[in-house]
Amino acid sequence: MTNHKIYLYPVWIRIWHLINALMFLLLIFTGICLHFCGTGQTLIPFNIGVGIHNTAAIIITFNYGVFVIGNMITRNGKFYRKWRKNLVTNLWKQFVFYAVGIFRNEKHPFPITEKQKFNPLQKFAYVIAMYFGMPLLILSGLALMFPGLTGYSVFNISSLVFYDVLHIIVGFVLSLFLLVHLYTCTLGDKPGTLFKSMVTGYHEEHEAEE
Amino acid sequence: MKTPTILSAALLSLTITSTLIARQVDTTKLKPFYFEVNDYVEENEHCLRCHGEVKFLLEDPALDRAVYEHMCPDRQIDRDAYYSAVHKGFSCTDCHSYDFNTFPHPLEARLEDSYECLDCHGYDETFAQYHFEDIAQEFQESIHNMDDFTCWKCHNPHSYKAFMRNADDLGEAIVYDNNICLNCHANFSNFTLLTDRAEINVVQSHEWLPNQASHFSHVRCIECHTEINDSILIAHKILPKTEAVKRCTECHSTDSRLMYTLYKFQIKKERKAGFANGIIINQSYVIGANQNLFLNRLSILVFLLTFLVILLHTFLRIRNLKNK
Repeated sequence: MTNHKIYLYPVWIRIWHLINALMFLLLIFTGICLHFCGTGQTLIPFNIGVGIHNTAAIIITFNYGVFVIGNMITRNGKFYRKWRKNLVTNLWKQFVFYAVGIFRNEKHPFPITEKQKFNPLQKFAYVIAMYFGMPLLILSGLALMFPGLTGYSVFNISSLVFYDVLHIIVGFVLSLFLLVHLYTCTLGDKPGTLFKSMVTGYHEEHEAEE
Repeated sequence: MKTPTILSAALLSLTITSTLIARQVDTTKLKPFYFEVNDYVEENEHCLRCHGEVKFLLEDPALDRAVYEHMCPDRQIDRDAYYSAVHKGFSCTDCHSYDFNTFPHPLEARLEDSYECLDCHGYDETFAQYHFEDIAQEFQESIHNMDDFTCWKCHNPHSYKAFMRNADDLGEAIVYDNNICLNCHANFSNFTLLTDRAEINVVQSHEWLPNQASHFSHVRCIECHTEINDSILIAHKILPKTEAVKRCTECHSTDSRLMYTLYKFQIKKERKAGFANGIIINQSYVIGANQNLFLNRLSILVFLLTFLVILLHTFLRIRNLKNK
């Protein structure tokens, strides 16, 4: 067995990721509480839920700014920008690996290297989540936080309804993303290996010697 | 010495009175819709040519003198508002003494008791659906039940509109309704006429309310400051501030209080399909109260399916690990 260690997660990424993860969990929890609040006992009082949700939202918005700017000025951005050829074929290959190959102990079709931090499915999902989902979530959230700034109606329905439903849908999709993200992070050499990488900054891989 | 003074005052009054009554009323500048809603427009102009203006001409033909006097704002009647209000079809003397036809108005007329709502609307089958008697009962139990506080303090008989039950634009009706409260609660000179309490700063006292401006423009003060009453259209039992609603989930929940208050009139109208308390989203959106039931079910289904796939994948991985 050989042990490969690649430094993939610089400090700023790890701090950004930690803040993003904590705030996102807080937002999901308070978001669900606010959405399903009833007249009886609630997990947290509505006004406190609103306070926590808004505070976490402001923090995650600034944190998102750090992510975007960080990716513009550091080499981390190229992991999101540079795409392999044959995207659809690669996505399918990766999907088949997760669905079948992983149980046949097949070799990973797109092993992690210093140049390719993400496999095609990961990259595709991250780009959608971070460059489409997050801006939509943040903008719809801001529209709800400052309802006076938005028009009275959008697409012939109340702007509040539009932004709230959009916020809830995108929030739900990103929550699903988080669930799948957490699970796929257990797909390393050992279930905790990839989580450890996000703490130490090093991606570790053990390969059997031929 | 006193008798000649009284006599000359009476003579002067008579002269001015006769001048006022004799003066022709010019109705050509009045808006046509006044005549559509009221049969006494010309008669009312005898009053409104002074009370409908910011200033009025006070003439003394005996001395050939005339001065413009400022009409006290409390005594001014806005014609547009009057002929659009609930009492738009009335003649002034339907409610006010005929003695007001003389000028200067005699003291007896000026000191006569004004009608109360129940004097006309109470115990009358025509108005039974509005339950004025219950409204009066609620008022008796309200914190507004104090000296000199009558229905007119909130419902100006010369301009009051039954906005809420006829509201096409709920937002406009909310502003109208809240202005009735703010007329005293945000205007200390009016407030102090009825109470010795210190000045209230409505914005400051509602600082705890998230999105205060949005709340102020989307709900009425009485949503939180009255007790729900199903038998009358608009609750009138104003609660002490300590009993006002402060729990957000009273409105922000599927069993929203707003459905028994603000949206009571709209409930029979078309609802937007798929949303809990859907009638609200015709005008607004209340987090917690307006869950989309279809999306709720779909999201739970998608979440469970995802979770199942993860469980199945985990199970297969564990089995694979054991077979290695």
